[in-house]
Amino acid sequence: MFKDFDWAVIGRALPFLVDGMGMTLQLTVIAIFGGICFGTLLALLRISPFRPISFVAGSYVNFFRSMPLILVIFWFYFLVPQIIGRPIGGFYSVLIAFVMFEAAYYCEIIRAGIQSVTRGQIMAGTAIGLSYIQAMRYIVLPQAFRNMIPVLLTQSIIMFQDTSLVYVVGLRDFLTSADLIATRDNRLVELYSTIAVVYFILCLLGSLAVRRLQRKYTI
Amino acid sequence: MNYNWNWGVLLDDPYLMWMYTGFGWTCLVAICAWVIAFTLGSIIGVMRTLDNGIARGIGTVYVEIFRNIPLLVQMFLWYFVFPELLPKDWGHFVKRGIPLPEFWTAVVCLGTYTAARVAEQVRSGIGAIRNDQRNAAIAIGLTSVQVYRYVLLPVGFRIIIPPLTSDFLGVFKNSSLGLTIGVLELTAQSRQITEYTFQGFEAFTVATVLYCLVTFTVMTLMQKIEGRTRIPGMLSLGAK
Repeated sequence: MFKDFDWAVIGRALPFLVDGMGMTLQLTVIAIFGGICFGTLLALLRISPFRPISFVAGSYVNFFRSMPLILVIFWFYFLVPQIIGRPIGGFYSVLIAFVMFEAAYYCEIIRAGIQSVTRGQIMAGTAIGLSYIQAMRYIVLPQAFRNMIPVLLTQSIIMFQDTSLVYVVGLRDFLTSADLIATRDNRLVELYSTIAVVYFILCLLGSLAVRRLQRKYTI
Repeated sequence: MNYNWNWGVLLDDPYLMWMYTGFGWTCLVAICAWVIAFTLGSIIGVMRTLDNGIARGIGTVYVEIFRNIPLLVQMFLWYFVFPELLPKDWGHFVKRGIPLPEFWTAVVCLGTYTAARVAEQVRSGIGAIRNDQRNAAIAIGLTSVQVYRYVLLPVGFRIIIPPLTSDFLGVFKNSSLGLTIGVLELTAQSRQITEYTFQGFEAFTVATVLYCLVTFTVMTLMQKIEGRTRIPGMLSLGAK
């Protein structure tokens, strides 16, 4: 069954695939960083006692969570050049799409983390004379982040998998590079199964690491 | 920003129909995939809670494989690789014999992928039930099938209604990945309209509104169902 397959194509494609993986990792890291920063901001707005602010943040989150990521990628790929008035290339529009989209998911995780820290702690903080922002910054957030590290990392593994969707706008990430070679050399089976194995190993190692961390960091 | 608004274009001849059929395919793919996901996911979820080590092992391997490969890669594996690995006649049948190969590939891919998620929910639902209930059921002489059928599953499924709802909405949204193998669902159609008319704002807005509408409807409906079926005194796992 396997005699028709030419696995040497993987060796020849290797430099190209490594470049693709570089792009995937770059996208993942920037999107995780941006998503967590923006997500934290959204979470703080969402739990704000001032109703209109929490309503706006809540609507943002619900809106993005009800859209498919592909549609969001198309939106920004199409929208950003329209707004700026000149093409900025796939990379930046996809990056903006990822940050905006993932922030909604990170927001929910961070909000749950913040709410897992008991209210009494904020009160105690304000009682010793800290402002609300200081109480958040020095008391609540450090504990909350510790509680939610496993979930944040799990979401980041999902995010890593999600970056493969940039295929739809032709950005050369790991999957797209493999796809280009696969169709050029007509070696679909070899390339697709190879990248599936690579993704599987990376994500499995990631989730095993998360599980170890979870045991270690639970307060 | 210079943009010529023209909402009317969506009512023009082929485009309205494209949107309509696109929405239809999205719903059809999602529902068919959910049937697979729910059935298979429940079986695998239950397997992961059994005492039998082999059953637990199979369940774990299934969940890890389907959770750790990106959905889009799985889509390509099912569409391009799977038929090649079958014996020749079968491969031909999968590629050309069945009507609508893209549709069925998308359904099977989404179904098996989401089954891994459903399995995890079912496992955690059953895990959330106190062990006393299982012991009590065994004590009154139920067989292990009966323990699951009459005690653990009815309670477990009620507990996991919220996370299952978000998994269903996940299938619904993920059905958009069908466009990569040529299923002309909602997102594919709105992109096609953009390419034909350059009225991307209008087309994408309609698609967005439809997705939001379905999400909202399903959420409201499931909250009602959850309230109706709740057992007094039992807690529920919040949606993740």
